[in-house]
Amino acid sequence: MEDLGEIVGEFLMESHENLDQIDRDLVSLEQEPDSRDLISRIFRAIHTIKGTSGFLAFSRLEKLAHGGESLLSRLRDGVQPVTPETITVLLATIDGVRSLLSSIEEKGTEDEVDIDSILVKVHAQMNVPSDSAPAADQAAPAAAESAPAAEAGAAPAAEAETPVQLDETPARPAPDPVADQRQPIGQILVDAGAAAPSDVSSALQQQIEGDERKLGTILLEEGKAQPAAVNEALQQQAPKRSIADSAIRVDVDLLDTLLNMVGELVLARNQLVRGVMEIGESGLVRSAQRLGMITSELQAGIMKTRMQPIEHIWSKLPRVVRDLSNSLGKQVQLVMQGKDTELDRSLLEAVKDPLTHLVRNAVDHGIEDPDRRAAAGKNIEGTLTLRAYHEGGHVAVEVADDGAGLNVDRIAEKAVEKGLLRPDQIPNMDRRDIMAMVFQPGFSTAAKVTNVSGRGVGMDVVKTNIENIGGAVSVDSTPGEGTVWRLTIPLTLAIIQALTVDCGEQRYVVPQVAVLELVFIDGQSTKIEYASGAPVYRLRGKLLPLIRLDRALGLEVGGDQGVYIMVLQADGRRFGMVVDRVLNTEEVVVKALNTRFKDIGLYAGATILGDGKVGLILDVSSLARRSHLAVDSERENVVANSKSSGGGGVQRLLVTAVGERRVAIPLDTVTRLEEFPRDRIEHAGSREVVQYRGQILPLVRLSHLLGVYGEEIEGDTVSVVVYSEGGRSVALVVDRIVDIAENETTARRDAEEDGLVGTAVIQQRVTELLDVRRAILAADPNFYSDAEDDMLVEA
Amino acid sequence: MGSRQFATFEVDGQLFGVEVHTVQEVLSYNEYTPVPLAPPAVGGLFNLRGQVIAAVDLRVQLGLARQALHGPVMNVILRGDGEPVSLLVDKIGEVVDLEDEKFEPPPDTLSGPTRELVVGTFKLDGRLMLALDVNQAVDTYRATT
Repeated sequence: MEDLGEIVGEFLMESHENLDQIDRDLVSLEQEPDSRDLISRIFRAIHTIKGTSGFLAFSRLEKLAHGGESLLSRLRDGVQPVTPETITVLLATIDGVRSLLSSIEEKGTEDEVDIDSILVKVHAQMNVPSDSAPAADQAAPAAAESAPAAEAGAAPAAEAETPVQLDETPARPAPDPVADQRQPIGQILVDAGAAAPSDVSSALQQQIEGDERKLGTILLEEGKAQPAAVNEALQQQAPKRSIADSAIRVDVDLLDTLLNMVGELVLARNQLVRGVMEIGESGLVRSAQRLGMITSELQAGIMKTRMQPIEHIWSKLPRVVRDLSNSLGKQVQLVMQGKDTELDRSLLEAVKDPLTHLVRNAVDHGIEDPDRRAAAGKNIEGTLTLRAYHEGGHVAVEVADDGAGLNVDRIAEKAVEKGLLRPDQIPNMDRRDIMAMVFQPGFSTAAKVTNVSGRGVGMDVVKTNIENIGGAVSVDSTPGEGTVWRLTIPLTLAIIQALTVDCGEQRYVVPQVAVLELVFIDGQSTKIEYASGAPVYRLRGKLLPLIRLDRALGLEVGGDQGVYIMVLQADGRRFGMVVDRVLNTEEVVVKALNTRFKDIGLYAGATILGDGKVGLILDVSSLARRSHLAVDSERENVVANSKSSGGGGVQRLLVTAVGERRVAIPLDTVTRLEEFPRDRIEHAGSREVVQYRGQILPLVRLSHLLGVYGEEIEGDTVSVVVYSEGGRSVALVVDRIVDIAENETTARRDAEEDGLVGTAVIQQRVTELLDVRRAILAADPNFYSDAEDDMLVEA
Repeated sequence: MGSRQFATFEVDGQLFGVEVHTVQEVLSYNEYTPVPLAPPAVGGLFNLRGQVIAAVDLRVQLGLARQALHGPVMNVILRGDGEPVSLLVDKIGEVVDLEDEKFEPPPDTLSGPTRELVVGTFKLDGRLMLALDVNQAVDTYRATT
């Protein structure tokens, strides 16, 4: 029996694959009921399972597969039509086969699985009077007759006996011709009517008698068949052969080992090439270059073996959508675009569950009932679109439905209910920010908990899972038109494009995805400036906050001249990192860093550099966070939104309302938007202050500064714009945050009033541009003086 | 009475030992990559045949000053819990076969950081060997005061 273990294992693996394919095919068959190809394919697959299970003496499995096969053969022969009910029964049969298989896998026996109830359904299906083929062959009535008997026989007595004979197919058939991998060419020709059976027989006879020519050749040369027909037959034969012979199963561990070894090879190659270049002997150089090329190709090849089309995880979704929409009484069409988009295997695995969740969610909550769709004037059949495509070193996967869209008001209400937001925050929030609340833990807007969603596995889990693999999730929705969930996933985890940089005496590695551009600081035409001690650089007229890598790493701080600024983008924020030298870009193999360094948080991993030394890979976003660059999510969202709404070079403005007036503040000077309860405002001397993050934050009311002495709006809270530089912060009190706008400077006049730098027409309304510096000084006269002191110290 | 094999090494003139089965290999290595902001006991990282290994400076763990990482330094590479980790030592000694009867608990007079790392004392000919607790010895988040 030991030998059997392996055979059974192989059978289980193969059957699982077959079942997945059958699932897909059945769902497709429902769409195109007339497809003979699909029916044949399903038939073949289930027939294989039946045959093998008979051989391995799994009688229940055989019986069930046989039942399914019988029903399928009726469909194939056109005895009865393909109906949704038939598909449902067939899918149930497949599920039965699945549970039998897992029972065999886990317990080694199939005895505990109930198959009779499924068989009853199968037989019931076969009883359905078929009007499509009244003059069906004799097998059909025979099957119909035997079915009631089987139904009755499904009682215990039938157990453990030979499978009930349902139709003309013998219980353990001789190998079925359709199940064969290859059909003989003669048969194809005869079936196609391109050759007479007698001619084929005589040609076969010739072969047996020692004619070494191929069958097709014999027929051709004797003029018994047309060349075109033979060609066609050969082609029909060919694909089957290629599928059977061109793929092998490989252990994933082996691939991982190979990938590691190729990683090592790349490093050894780099070292060798470097050494050879130093020697400079031309013959050696050529060999080294050739070795380099081969290594690169080998690396690409190995990487490719780990890549799988996203279809792999999509393949189960048609079934999910079908079952779910049926049970909910909805009609959903699933469209898949970009099936061939490839992802690293390990990532694919990690994306599977989140994606399934999004799809279930879209069917359950996204797409409306047919009645409501009809009432809204939409096609009653909803469309769910899965889209995958490459985008800048990442793969984007979208789940889009054409349903009612997210109810922003409901989300806001819920967020308040859950204590995630305060009611007074809502009016100032962007729609997308409110929508993003669904990713918060413990958030579910489903009015009632169905058995589909709302089981605690929420969008927050989707978000966490995707972020764990270095990806991101976002959602956008248009009321009445639908919702798009978007996953951005890195292509692979193992090898990244990176820049090597020098800082102090050490070399570090920066992932290239985060790098936007490099700037050399010569100290003359380009230089680092300080704002209250915080280094900044004027990048095309805009201030770029800088962090010094040496300082961030706690090393000795170097000079400001002859250094490089790497303009980086992380967490929706742009900043510059000062390093001593930028060396080159290379592909590096990411090695997991010893767990003891995880807590430091500055390193994303380690790699072996070209010289064989270990290099640390910097984690750009946590570097930014540690350097207090990244700020509140509000600010991040502000930046992200304004970015998505416009191009790069235009100045972005935060538009606020002060009394009747609209006042704009350059967005890049804003650190944060906040709301304070009115009763938190305290007085220090003549000034208003609030306690904020362990600091005393001076407030200045723009209404006072600009001389708007209208009626104060007496709400419970005040909206403020926080501005920070170095360690100092001030807050400008406005009545309301209105919007974020691009300054198109259609009309601008210089200011006539104190505290303003001018007026402009923004969004068709006259808007005043605030003199930020003056406003800040009004709040804190010493705000800038410390900066100047610091500057002297730094210089 | 059983006996155990110990791999021995010296730090600051004192002989230490760890059980042989915990040791993967012993080698001398030249170049270490420092890890800024890591605990002080982390000497650096090095490349062991493509694997990134963290080297723990045993001197720091014992409350001594850091070892200067210039030139070759001896590494005792321990198998560790899933990931190998190296101990930086001054000098490698021999592998000794010790009978359990030569074992005694650490003397009461032994105190300080060393006491926490040592599980016992073996009396060799002419000198004492302190048996290290491997897990404690590589724990860089131990309070090193």
